[in-house]
Amino acid sequence: MPMMMLKGNESTAYAAKLARVKVVPAYPITPSTVFPEKVSELIANGEMDAEFLPVESEHSALSAAIGAAATGVRTMTATASQGLAFMNEILYIASGMRLPIVMAIGNRALAAPVNIWADQQDTMMVRDSGWIHFYAETNQEALDLTIIAFKVSENENVLLPALMGMDAFVLTHTMEPVNVPEQKDVDAFLGEKEINYPVLDPSKPATFGAFVFPEHYMEFRYSQYIAMEHAKKVIDDAFEQFNKIFGRGYSKVSGFQVEDADILFITMGSMTGTARETVRKLREEGEKVGLVKITVFRPFPKDEIIEITKNAKVIAVVDRNISPGFAGAIFTEVAASFTNVKNRPKIIDFILGLGGRDIRVENYEEIYKRSKKAMRGKFEEVQWIDVDEESVKEVEGSL
Amino acid sequence: MKITKGVVISEPGSTALEETGSWRTFRPEIRYEKCIRCMICWNYCPEPAIEKKPGEEYPVANQKLIKMPVPVINYQYCKGCGICVNECPTKAIDFVREEK
Repeated sequence: MPMMMLKGNESTAYAAKLARVKVVPAYPITPSTVFPEKVSELIANGEMDAEFLPVESEHSALSAAIGAAATGVRTMTATASQGLAFMNEILYIASGMRLPIVMAIGNRALAAPVNIWADQQDTMMVRDSGWIHFYAETNQEALDLTIIAFKVSENENVLLPALMGMDAFVLTHTMEPVNVPEQKDVDAFLGEKEINYPVLDPSKPATFGAFVFPEHYMEFRYSQYIAMEHAKKVIDDAFEQFNKIFGRGYSKVSGFQVEDADILFITMGSMTGTARETVRKLREEGEKVGLVKITVFRPFPKDEIIEITKNAKVIAVVDRNISPGFAGAIFTEVAASFTNVKNRPKIIDFILGLGGRDIRVENYEEIYKRSKKAMRGKFEEVQWIDVDEESVKEVEGSL
Repeated sequence: MKITKGVVISEPGSTALEETGSWRTFRPEIRYEKCIRCMICWNYCPEPAIEKKPGEEYPVANQKLIKMPVPVINYQYCKGCGICVNECPTKAIDFVREEK
């Protein structure tokens, strides 16, 4: 297996090539532009046998992906931020039509103010769209999870589209050594794309995503819900099979130093590496701290989170997004997971790293310090880290 | 309607399975003793939920007997829009509230 120096966007482009994707409709948007660039380069070089559709908008990109996937071929696209917002309408149509489209997202902040840097607000915005959510910590994960996304998405018990998020620039534009799998191994893992759903066929006309009355709409939504429940096991199986062939293990949530940890960080995406480094450092200082990384956000790994955090006294959720009026999205999910659990830990939400502000070891140390204090007493549920509170209060007033 | 993955309808004519009669609040009822078989209601029904059925023979002006069609409302599909009630020249169609 060759090691290559790849940017995150190139990792996902190679994943598309290795998955033998047949149609790539895409519209460029920072920080995802390198994906369509690389794919068109691979096609032009004759390395990849696919149709590249340069469309006029993200709305059209996903619409074209729906058309392509509805013919039964493997389809992939990529976008970010405003592009994903523009796709919103079509996201729900893709999942409602149960088409196994895979999309790479360069997680980027939403305007205004205009900002092109790392922030997970964009995919949190489409949390309820019926798409499966994977999040990569590294460019290796970006490649692997994209390939796994096809496997899960195309499973006949699932048939839901999947997105794979990687933080803007931190992953999309940063080169890392990536172990690019052999074609034959990816072929063995994914197999030929099966036609396990009705496809567009001129000799057998059909209506797709039809109009439905109140008498039936709920049943279709219920079947999407069931499909997402099925995805839980299908994802586990796909991770296991991937590990067997490629020797790289994944799980929906993975722990680091969790066993005896009083305080656990919960992270998602590229911020995890820094958190792991902080845990190592704090462990050397004798602190009982650990880390839980979320790789799959939808379906939400509720049971796994409860199980892996069972010895913790405080869960410090790190959210690179904010829902004004409540809290960060991951906090919301984690807190809700414990609704019917008796002995639940204290759960605190830490908002940081919005709009590409670097997430540093010092930030995690601050989170640890505050969590340790919360272990013994009262605490604020939502806390902002590394933000100039004074300047904001001068304009907005204090709470 | 058959529940399928992706809301796919592969057989034509599925609209016939949607019994829009359930939408009705008012129900048109033809009083046949006042109905002159002009078929204006049949012509105006947008659904169309008024069917033209073969009728009996009736005497016309010159005392000849001719066969006149009869309008019959199909309540499976009649949505109760009331256009027929409005258009009937002899006011032969009553509009009564549905008892459900």
